[in-house]
Amino acid sequence: MRSQPFFLSLLLLSATSQVSAALDVAPVTNKTYQEECSACHMAYQPGFLPARSWQKIFDTLDKHFGENAELSAQQTQALKAYAMENAADHSHYKRSRKIMSSLSASDTPLRISEVSYIQRKHREVPDRLITRNPQIKTLGRCEACHPDAKQGDYNEHRVKIPGANGHWEN
Amino acid sequence: MRMATSMTFGLIFLFGAASSYATVVDDQLKAYQAQGAGSFSAQRGEQMWNKDYPDPEEPGKVRNCHVCHGKDFKASGKHAKTGKTIDPLSPSVNRERFTDPQFIEKWFKRNCKWVMDRECTPQEKGDFLMYLKDK
Repeated sequence: MRSQPFFLSLLLLSATSQVSAALDVAPVTNKTYQEECSACHMAYQPGFLPARSWQKIFDTLDKHFGENAELSAQQTQALKAYAMENAADHSHYKRSRKIMSSLSASDTPLRISEVSYIQRKHREVPDRLITRNPQIKTLGRCEACHPDAKQGDYNEHRVKIPGANGHWEN
Repeated sequence: MRMATSMTFGLIFLFGAASSYATVVDDQLKAYQAQGAGSFSAQRGEQMWNKDYPDPEEPGKVRNCHVCHGKDFKASGKHAKTGKTIDPLSPSVNRERFTDPQFIEKWFKRNCKWVMDRECTPQEKGDFLMYLKDK
């Protein structure tokens, strides 16, 4: 009888550790980052780019891929710090480590889709399913095919490409 | 009795929501006048809403409000590049519109710079709010 709660908590522990082990990148935990970035696109997890990339991105928000995405100086500093602290080079998550090992020390990608590891992982998906797919159009819309992208889950087996008859397996 | 109570609450809710955006807009208009703007004109605001501005990056192309907000301010818009849905500009269909002064200023700054290649003057911001506040 006394061992039951202990057993239960063990079960719970293993369940939670399984959840975090299944995640590919650390989920976003900063509320302002989540809100501000997702005003225009998915709030990409900082673990997708090295700190040097985030530094450059937050220093040039007035020219953000052809858009003006300026924030107040105070907010820019706070979100830049958050992104840099949680960047791929400071993360132990699987995809972050793989992203870092695919980059050379001088690479400062400004788009996640420019990272060679990300390109390699999407190479088998034909253009007609992404860029020429009217429901998607760009590799930047992670959540269009990765249903749990916002939670940091990019598992290949859960990919569902709109307009591609069922789920995608290569 | 019950119905009367819920109706009272319903009315408070309705007027509460309506007055909160109206108060925010009024405060913004006063602030623009304190920054040097004169009286505001919904007609000038409408002209801004419909005007094309030269695209500084692609010669021959134009930018305007409709690119992302659509022509109908009561309908949702769509971000020109990312495809993200933009909630309607009209406060009569979007209860959150014009309820947060910081949000208003943030997007005036970004969007005026993107569309017009410069910040809007307090006069222009007031004219624009004047046009949209009763829509």
